[in-house]
Amino acid sequence: MNNPETAGFTGAPSPGKRDFLRYILLGGLAAWAASVLYPILAYLKPPKQGEVEVSSVKAGKLSDLAKDSGTIVRFGNRPVILVRLEDGTVRAFSATCTHLDCTVQYRKDMGTIWCACHNGKYDLTGRNISGPPPRPLEPYRVVIQGEEVFISRNA
Amino acid sequence: MKTLSHRIYDWADERLHLQELVTFMEKKSVPRHRGSIWYYFGGVTLFLFIIQIVTGILLLLYYKGGEQLAFESIQFIMSKVAFGWLIRSIHSWAANLFILSALVHMFSVFFERAYRKPRELTWLSGMMMLFIGFGFGFSGYLLPWNELAFFATKVGTDIAGIIPVVGKPIMVFLRGGDDVTGATLTRFFGFHVAVFPGLFTILLTIHLIFVQRQGMSEPARFEETAPKERTTMPFFPNFMLRDLLLWLIVLNVLAILAVFFPWELGVKADPFASAPAGIRPEWYFLFMFQTLKYLPASLGVIDGEVFGILVFAIGGLLWLLVPFWDRSTVRGRRSRMITYVGLAVIAYIIVFTILGWTT
Repeated sequence: MNNPETAGFTGAPSPGKRDFLRYILLGGLAAWAASVLYPILAYLKPPKQGEVEVSSVKAGKLSDLAKDSGTIVRFGNRPVILVRLEDGTVRAFSATCTHLDCTVQYRKDMGTIWCACHNGKYDLTGRNISGPPPRPLEPYRVVIQGEEVFISRNA
Repeated sequence: MKTLSHRIYDWADERLHLQELVTFMEKKSVPRHRGSIWYYFGGVTLFLFIIQIVTGILLLLYYKGGEQLAFESIQFIMSKVAFGWLIRSIHSWAANLFILSALVHMFSVFFERAYRKPRELTWLSGMMMLFIGFGFGFSGYLLPWNELAFFATKVGTDIAGIIPVVGKPIMVFLRGGDDVTGATLTRFFGFHVAVFPGLFTILLTIHLIFVQRQGMSEPARFEETAPKERTTMPFFPNFMLRDLLLWLIVLNVLAILAVFFPWELGVKADPFASAPAGIRPEWYFLFMFQTLKYLPASLGVIDGEVFGILVFAIGGLLWLLVPFWDRSTVRGRRSRMITYVGLAVIAYIIVFTILGWTT
């Protein structure tokens, strides 16, 4: 064996030993990189905030909501749109546009629920009728007790 | 008897070998041809970046992050701090001119085929800086925490969420949660004042080193002219003085815009208000925004918006990689296709920007 690298060494490492060392070193390097990268990547992911699970909220007084008008109310962390039709019935839908997350509004002149961001339209049952929204707005249940309007998630 | 400045120069030269740099500067030249004007836009973009660094640091002295503080702190800068209105207005205007100038620079490089061998990497580093420039614009837009920015950020980050598989984690990463909240503002602030400036400075250094190593790109038609007819201009001082004069003009334009068309602050963001009518993103995102408006909810098997974003992503990638697929320019032929593609892209952007602006 006249390999210049190993010439002169009495105990020249066998290929097996050399590979073994290489695996140990590369494996160690990979483990080291993983132990550095994993905490950083995990740190980037925001922790889940303890969101209060709301099942029902008091949305306001009926008298504050004129006929043929709409308003946004808080439902936990989410906006909900409350629409009072001309006949006096009250409906509630998720106010988050199903297209790209904007908050919708009631348009008296169009008689529809409208999103200003990309001109999406929903009818007064929450159905997407025009523009880019791909899905209808999620409906909420409305309960009126005397003067008070309550909304809750559909079971 | 040597003058003091000579003695200082000699002292530094002995230690740092400045003579090599001086020789390099003396030899550097700029080709003169009918497209020479485009050589100035890289420098103008650089100048506007320097203005952003300076005004950005000044704004940092008073800006406060957070849902309850951000809008009020900009109000404070604009109404109470001496010349605060001017600094903020210049920062906003210079940001827009920066993007405009970078786009002009990019398109001129595209049409002159200056990206061709050996400058592929210069093109790539420039395109990456342009993308970071868009990131600067998008993140900076949110910092005043006003209504327009709030919804623009909701839409922009939601678009990231559309990408299959990796989209959702990216969206949560960008927002710092499932929704756009104060956590998003904190993250965007970090991107805007630390991450992007750092990355941009590294890329800018690389970009400028490449330009120095390779010299100014010469259009093919310049290379074809007889050597006797090819004229050049020394970079120092001729070109540099012209550069500086243009920078001065840009600074004046900027001052006029900032003073006579002060940047609005708008209405404070309210996460429980409807998106206001007339909402639109910054002008350089307008053509994409308008396209999304026209796309129907569904195109057969694929959602309209997914299709739109996919097309823009693929288009952007092809544009980024143009030095690698434009084979005819490499072979020394002038590809008409490249010109048509470029013109079509510009026409599309202009038409949809105008539509977005007027409707």
